[in-house]
Amino acid sequence: MSTNSRLKTSKFIDETSRISFKFNNKTYYGFKGDTLASALLANDVHLVGRSFKYHRPRGIMTAGSEEPNAIVQINDGTAVTEPNVRATEVEIYEGLEASSQNCWPSVNFDIGGINNLLSPLLPAGFYYKTFMWPASFWEKYEYFIRKSAGLGKSPTQPDPDIYEHQYIHCDVLVIGAGISGIMAAKTAAKNGLKTLLVDEKPILGGNTIYKDNEDTSINNQTPSKWISDQINELEKLDNLEIKKRTSVAAYHGYNYLLARENLTDHLPIHERKNKIRQRLLKIRAKKVITSTGALERPLVFNNNDRPGILLASALKRYSDLFGVACGKKNVLFTNNDSAYETALSFINKGIKIEAIIDIRENPNSKLVKKIEENQIKIFKGYTVVDTSGYKRINKVSIMQLSKDGQKVVGNKIEIPCDCLGMSGGWTPAVHLFTQSGGKLSFREEDQVFIPKIYTSKQISLGSCNGDFSLDSIIKNIPGQLKQFFEINSTEFDNLDIESNEDLSKRNIWLLPSDKIFGKTKPFVDYQNDATAKDIKLALREGFRSIEHVKRYTTTGMGTDQGKLGNMHALGIIADTAGVKMGELGTTTFRPPYTPLTFGTIVGRNVGEYFDIFRKTPMHDWHEQNKAEFENVGQWKRAWYYPKNNENMHQAVQRESKAARDSAGILDASTLGKIDIQGTDASEFLNRVYTNAWSKLAIGKCRYGLMLNEDGMVYDDGVTTRLDENHYIMTTTTGGAANVLGKLEDYLQTEWPELDVYLTSVTDHYATASVCGPNSKKILQKIIPDLDLSDDNFPHMSFKNAKIDGVKCRIMRISFTGEHSYEINIPASYGKSLWEKCMEAGKEYNITPYGTETMHLLRAEKGFIIVGQDTDATLTPIDLQMDWIVSKKKYDFIGKRSLYRSDTIKEDRKQLVGLLTDDPNEVLEEGAQIVADANKKPIEMLGHVTSSYYSPNLNKSIALGVVRGGKKMLGQKLIIPMENKNINVTVSDPVFLDKENKRLNA
Amino acid sequence: MFVISCPYCGEREQSEFKAGGEAHIERPKQPTELSDDEWAEYLFMRKNIKGIQYERWNHAHGCRKWFNMVRDTSNDEIKAVYKMGEKPPSV
Repeated sequence: MSTNSRLKTSKFIDETSRISFKFNNKTYYGFKGDTLASALLANDVHLVGRSFKYHRPRGIMTAGSEEPNAIVQINDGTAVTEPNVRATEVEIYEGLEASSQNCWPSVNFDIGGINNLLSPLLPAGFYYKTFMWPASFWEKYEYFIRKSAGLGKSPTQPDPDIYEHQYIHCDVLVIGAGISGIMAAKTAAKNGLKTLLVDEKPILGGNTIYKDNEDTSINNQTPSKWISDQINELEKLDNLEIKKRTSVAAYHGYNYLLARENLTDHLPIHERKNKIRQRLLKIRAKKVITSTGALERPLVFNNNDRPGILLASALKRYSDLFGVACGKKNVLFTNNDSAYETALSFINKGIKIEAIIDIRENPNSKLVKKIEENQIKIFKGYTVVDTSGYKRINKVSIMQLSKDGQKVVGNKIEIPCDCLGMSGGWTPAVHLFTQSGGKLSFREEDQVFIPKIYTSKQISLGSCNGDFSLDSIIKNIPGQLKQFFEINSTEFDNLDIESNEDLSKRNIWLLPSDKIFGKTKPFVDYQNDATAKDIKLALREGFRSIEHVKRYTTTGMGTDQGKLGNMHALGIIADTAGVKMGELGTTTFRPPYTPLTFGTIVGRNVGEYFDIFRKTPMHDWHEQNKAEFENVGQWKRAWYYPKNNENMHQAVQRESKAARDSAGILDASTLGKIDIQGTDASEFLNRVYTNAWSKLAIGKCRYGLMLNEDGMVYDDGVTTRLDENHYIMTTTTGGAANVLGKLEDYLQTEWPELDVYLTSVTDHYATASVCGPNSKKILQKIIPDLDLSDDNFPHMSFKNAKIDGVKCRIMRISFTGEHSYEINIPASYGKSLWEKCMEAGKEYNITPYGTETMHLLRAEKGFIIVGQDTDATLTPIDLQMDWIVSKKKYDFIGKRSLYRSDTIKEDRKQLVGLLTDDPNEVLEEGAQIVADANKKPIEMLGHVTSSYYSPNLNKSIALGVVRGGKKMLGQKLIIPMENKNINVTVSDPVFLDKENKRLNA
Repeated sequence: MFVISCPYCGEREQSEFKAGGEAHIERPKQPTELSDDEWAEYLFMRKNIKGIQYERWNHAHGCRKWFNMVRDTSNDEIKAVYKMGEKPPSV
């Protein structure tokens, strides 16, 4: 049975285009221009959801983004499903399917509703208090709590939609296109400023656009006519951009704002294809005008949450903008004149009003009198003490308020109704202002926080600045704009305004009931089911800070961030604790103002575009030859090259054996390369490395270790002296950018007197490293005219050469312990070089190997990998690398730290080799090392840093750091694992070819 | 996010820059002459002021130059930027 509550379609609703949609699997009809909320209300559907904790039936409360109750799941079961969407913001489209959340099996019959009966047992902090013991049971509790809590369901499929980010720079950003924003944007644009006007709604003009009651006029026109004309003119201005359906999510320092522009959510699904769904706007504005309006406050009274209870201003928006009467028997409940504006709209549209309950004792404005003249019964000085109706309000009970407003007196009067509109006055929407760092002040007379101190070039205008009447907006804004833009006049200077507005208000944060307080349910935060009782309980239990009360009661912590109820929570705290609200302050308003989708935040950075990745010039060859890749920083490095269905272990064993038995080739292009030139280059290297550089001959290479100023190993690599004042430094793959940054830092800030220039050439060269006993023969085939004899080209030296006429640099250096050459060639020849090496090495079974084999080969030699065997807590001494630390040099980075009281301790963690008793047992990297596995608590001496099975030694080998390890050579230690203890013996970290004979083999 | 005026390049987004900690801490010329405590003072001790703070910044994704900044950490207002080696302005 669906009844039609549509009055007469308004000019904002396209009566000719009927749209069908489904809500909870039932088909309904609405019109183009409807929101899901307005279309449901037109079909007399109020019950749309269940509350979070007590599962109480809830209806649509508002007509905007502040909606706490009517949050729905859109298109459930599809990839584009979205939870927790405000029905008041969803524009209906053909094919829309929406459903209620937080109810099972249905919104009409919800098992969880039993929580409402159990509510005396579920006070604030219930979960904290109940499920904390025994601690080990939490995992079991959590499963059930998670199931019964939670709102909508997250999508399970990848998001098929397209999102993007856009940077916008403008002179003026105007947030909110109500009357204040329209006046501001027009003034800015007409003064030649590049202006952006954004509004979260699809229609501009705020609530002025449907303000057409006869009691107000601007220049003798209805406000709605006046503002439509203004918008028409505005849309013609060249230097003004208007973005509708755009919600500013965050306002950061230096006028940097983030906004979400909704582009397709209102279109039928078939029209969305290949279009960008949402755009994250990153706006940098020279000046910002916040004209975000105000949010109407509910009233806090017993059972103020039933379906059919809405804000009075929402009732007006539904009737005037959408042409929907939310009820047939309406009651209005107010503490100010706003509800009378709704009443006037209702009278004009023939919607029945049963009564108006006004807590003011003597409201007597022109507007009130006008309503009285229309034979509407007004109960002055009365309050609602209770409501009834489970799934829809059917009655209000009212009583007279005592003089002080703390009690009710006299007889109870019952008024049947099907809709209750409430108005507790207005709260300026200062969220964005405070996000920007602005400070608020409290205005006692109408109990509102308004902007006071601005931290950037911005201004708040209109009702978000506390100007609630059209009269004050029209009168104040021209002056504010003139001052802000430093101009002499605006076109709005002499507007003629007729208005009956009266701003008197009687503010009572918590309205009394005839029932005892403990038996009432005055909701403060509807979405999180926090009542005034919960807040008082928190205060009784000793919570004083509003931030603590917020977290304890969860007030303001829902998806609506407590837009409606936060002020009441503050008011009740202030009243109960006997402090002034201005002194209490507010909780922190955090971005986003309304929830953002992850898609919008991520934009185009999804899938392979999540992060950039770097490929070496040989990358295609590795791919064609079925390499598996590993990520090293942003690089994709060949990890191993499986042949014939080999697994990683098998491939690595084959590759390592080949490299030592005949020849292997590694793509080493990713190593960082820094070109160092200048007359002080040698002195510079002396200062940044631990060893001495002045005496390094031209054409020679040297391994260097770089420390942090705290003495800990930072990076390592081989540096070659190309010429008197010219070096090329190699760094670790991952450390390249940081090393360059660090060196620049010292050069620019500590040693500006040095004549040294640094240039990163990492990407300019491709590097192939050919190693193994046959490497020399292979290189000779490629470069026949180069004398490769040990005399001419010994280990740790460098030669310039040409391959097919292309200049290259060849270093005879080794990270594997084998006779080996690193060939550096301009990057664009990298792949040809690689293929040439493969071709020349064919007869020697040259085997490409990846990073895993490289790690194994160097571990056999006990060479460290900075970042794997070190972790910024190890000095060169800890690594048993004393040989590389110059005793003669007066200073180098980190030198002084090597003899601090802490770094000279003997029981520091030190690098050692570890051999398992069982040679086939391969340790797990990261495993803990202990001496006594039975001692409780077990004492950890260190951990395994590198571990492999070595096919060249036919046994497992490992490196690890162990406290006092240097002195433990030959000692037995234990690696306790989940199922067993593994016995190991501490050894020298060099496992193979201690005499370095292979280098010259 | 700040807009920082690099002394070499002009106004740029903060995302181009890297913060480098407290400014005007000179590396001791003769570290070997220092006691452990004196060296530790240089190595570890940094101020964390609420208010006016002198800081090092690097235009990492721009000209790569280091420079100094005076910033009010309580409201992120940048009072001044100046080149390395220049005298800190009094603000």
